[in-house]
Amino acid sequence: MTVGATLETSPERISYLRAGYTLWSWLTTTDHKRIAVLYLYSITAFFFVGGIAAALIRLDLATPGGDLLSNEGYNRAFTLHGVVMVWFFLIPSIPATFGNFLIPLMIGAQDLAFPRINLASWYLYVLAGMFTLYAVVIGGVDTGWTFYTPLSTLFANGYVVSALLAVIVVGFSSIFTGLNFIVTVHKLRCPGMTWSRLPLFVWSLYATAIILVLATPVLTMLLILVCVERVFGIGIFNPDLGGDPLLYQHLFWFYSHPAVYIMVLPAFGVLSELVTAAARKRIFGYWFIAYSSVAIAVIGFLVWGHHMFVAGESMYASAVFSFLSIAVAVPSGIKVYNWIATLYKGSISLDPAFLFAMGFIGLFVIGGLTGLMLAMIAVDVHVHDTYFVVAHFHYIMVGGAVTAFFGALHFWWPKITGRMYNITWGRITAALIFLGFNLTFFPQFILGYLGMPRRYHVYPPEFQVLHVLSSAGASILAVGYLLPFIYLLYSLRHGQPAGPNPWGATGLEWTVPSPPPKQNFAEMPIVTRPPYDYPIRDPMSRE
Amino acid sequence: MNGSLEIWPQQASGHAAQVDTFILAFTVLVALLAIPVGLLIFVFAIKYRRGKSVDRQHAPDRKVWLEVSWSVLPFLASLGFYVWSTALYFDLNHAPPDSLDIFIVAKQWMWKAQHPGGEREIDELHVPVGQPVRLVMNSQDVIHSFYVPALRVKQDVVPGRVSSLWFKAERPGVYWMTCAEFCGTDHSVMGGKFYVLTADEYAAWLARSGVDTSLAALGDVLFRKYGCSGCHAPSAGVHAPDLAGLYGRSVALANGETVIADEQYIQDSILLPQKQIAAGYEPIMPTFKNVLGEDEVIQLVAYIKSLRQASWRVK
Repeated sequence: MTVGATLETSPERISYLRAGYTLWSWLTTTDHKRIAVLYLYSITAFFFVGGIAAALIRLDLATPGGDLLSNEGYNRAFTLHGVVMVWFFLIPSIPATFGNFLIPLMIGAQDLAFPRINLASWYLYVLAGMFTLYAVVIGGVDTGWTFYTPLSTLFANGYVVSALLAVIVVGFSSIFTGLNFIVTVHKLRCPGMTWSRLPLFVWSLYATAIILVLATPVLTMLLILVCVERVFGIGIFNPDLGGDPLLYQHLFWFYSHPAVYIMVLPAFGVLSELVTAAARKRIFGYWFIAYSSVAIAVIGFLVWGHHMFVAGESMYASAVFSFLSIAVAVPSGIKVYNWIATLYKGSISLDPAFLFAMGFIGLFVIGGLTGLMLAMIAVDVHVHDTYFVVAHFHYIMVGGAVTAFFGALHFWWPKITGRMYNITWGRITAALIFLGFNLTFFPQFILGYLGMPRRYHVYPPEFQVLHVLSSAGASILAVGYLLPFIYLLYSLRHGQPAGPNPWGATGLEWTVPSPPPKQNFAEMPIVTRPPYDYPIRDPMSRE
Repeated sequence: MNGSLEIWPQQASGHAAQVDTFILAFTVLVALLAIPVGLLIFVFAIKYRRGKSVDRQHAPDRKVWLEVSWSVLPFLASLGFYVWSTALYFDLNHAPPDSLDIFIVAKQWMWKAQHPGGEREIDELHVPVGQPVRLVMNSQDVIHSFYVPALRVKQDVVPGRVSSLWFKAERPGVYWMTCAEFCGTDHSVMGGKFYVLTADEYAAWLARSGVDTSLAALGDVLFRKYGCSGCHAPSAGVHAPDLAGLYGRSVALANGETVIADEQYIQDSILLPQKQIAAGYEPIMPTFKNVLGEDEVIQLVAYIKSLRQASWRVK
């Protein structure tokens, strides 16, 4: 690809970080890079809130009697953990930070299509976050993040409505982001950036955006109905008034199963970038990977019933949902095998970002294949609502999505800040997170098969050994998650300047200075080569 | 700390053994799919480490036959397991006709059981070994889920509908019975003991519980006490449906549909009489929703189920 000469002197070529220093300049910015940084701050704050709740849960479960919290306190802790981690960390994590920062840079655009809507989405996120914190401060919610009726509408005594409002509002933030990404990818690609040259990160965020726009409104409507039933007593889910509790579950999982793909598709996109850059090699099977993202987005809408095998849906419906759930595993499998094939005959670096990518593949394979086990109804009837499910989805969402988030952070940190961090600490962190994660969650598969139900504050003493192992792993995991704050923040002041392309990677984002100028590209870039065109032929690169 | 470390749950039924066989066999397939990934990452990361001199010529960037085969083959292999698992699941949906029906009421935070012989228990369930048992379950408040890990079965109990579950326990013993669906504050202590008794023990337990009135007989008393017989008895002057032999029969409804008269239908007809009107009758039956206690509803349902054609009158 060719890029015009940069004009270092013009005001537009000042780094986006130096374009204004006041708080006001940040709060009123429409620069996609600054909004990405705002999101990075806010989701990090919520990652801590959710993490503290998780720490309380694991501490409490170290003894069978749950001596730290009351039953009510425990229920509030896991509800807070779920609500915050799902809607205030995982769903916005990679799209709203790295997607925001990178999509325009990767496709040769100056910004997203709707910069002000982009800023509005962040304000909605913050507003929703305030509702959540308010609900916590005044006493908390005890329904679980799933808000199942009639518990949430008739029986729960926590501050359910403010939590529901938080989720409704943050949903609009998601919709705005998704809409922005779809339009941007369609309309703002630079000359030569055809669909077949689109980085796979952009493909996967495009698929994610489609789910955000199509699935989130269902959740919004559903939660409004829950509010209506709880506040006004109108019978929608209450069987005494002619409603049906299972209607709630159908609509909830119609959103929430695709939401799993909202969390993990961006992680797939990150992986394709990390694996190719680490191996300095073209991706193996570009089209299989690109279309598998789209296939996941489509089939992901047709599998919600696998959450209801024991809820009372018809056995024929269960059989169909079981089949479709097996089918949706196929495109994920394609991606994993294609990444491995990409490594073949590569030139593989063991930089932190690639170690995170390796960790992701290992954890995601376990998470995905145990998902395949859960798709088998006979297994699910036994382990549904047990720790087996808890372990499975943490392998996907934490082992998968969060590990990819940290991989992305270590890969693009030099681009975002212009500074290199300590590589050795990065490697240690990647190893700690991998080990700590497995020690935390692998024992939970065994606990689940033994029959330990989830959301249990008090449990039979024979499960204690496995719970203690899990809590010990969680403390290692916590250290792994805290370390980057030290060496990444340290790098801001003391890190070496990174230069535009520290990893020797392809992609338009690596052709601009680090940190990128306020105006991304001085001249319209013109793309002439396929993506991941290693070895780099771009004369501008400083390999 | 309890030092024992279990890693495999007890098996109390043939179904449990079948599920275990299934998951072990499936784990073999899963391992076959996963191990190459784990191995090759390390092999490639070492063999092709940057800076190492090794042949990197002619690296492919696509091979359609390879990609198609690693998409299709695992899927086809999984489909074999799909058929196996779904067959096991369909078995769970067909209770044998000679099942012993036990009525369960779930409420925050206890399990109440009523046996056909009139025995009642709370947070305990005694069943005979080798006898198919069908649980007919109702919830008084939120969704609960009846779960006995040693049987590998679980069924959500949803308010407003009758949920059922059957099993045949084949190994005597005491097992853990619990609630799997989050049901509020004391969810984690909603459970108790599940006893599988030998024939002798079961007979002794029945004798010990000292009940001599069966559930249906209790229902018979209620049927008169609440005036049901005033309309539904053969001698009644009111035009009301005949209940003899109703259970299991198909009933034509006023809206043109047909339903099977199962426990759900009978219970709804008592509590929500306007929901499904039998064809040819006026919707004049009052609801007994706030009149009958939860145990009484069960006793009435048991009574109506017990009414065979001949036991009432000959048509």
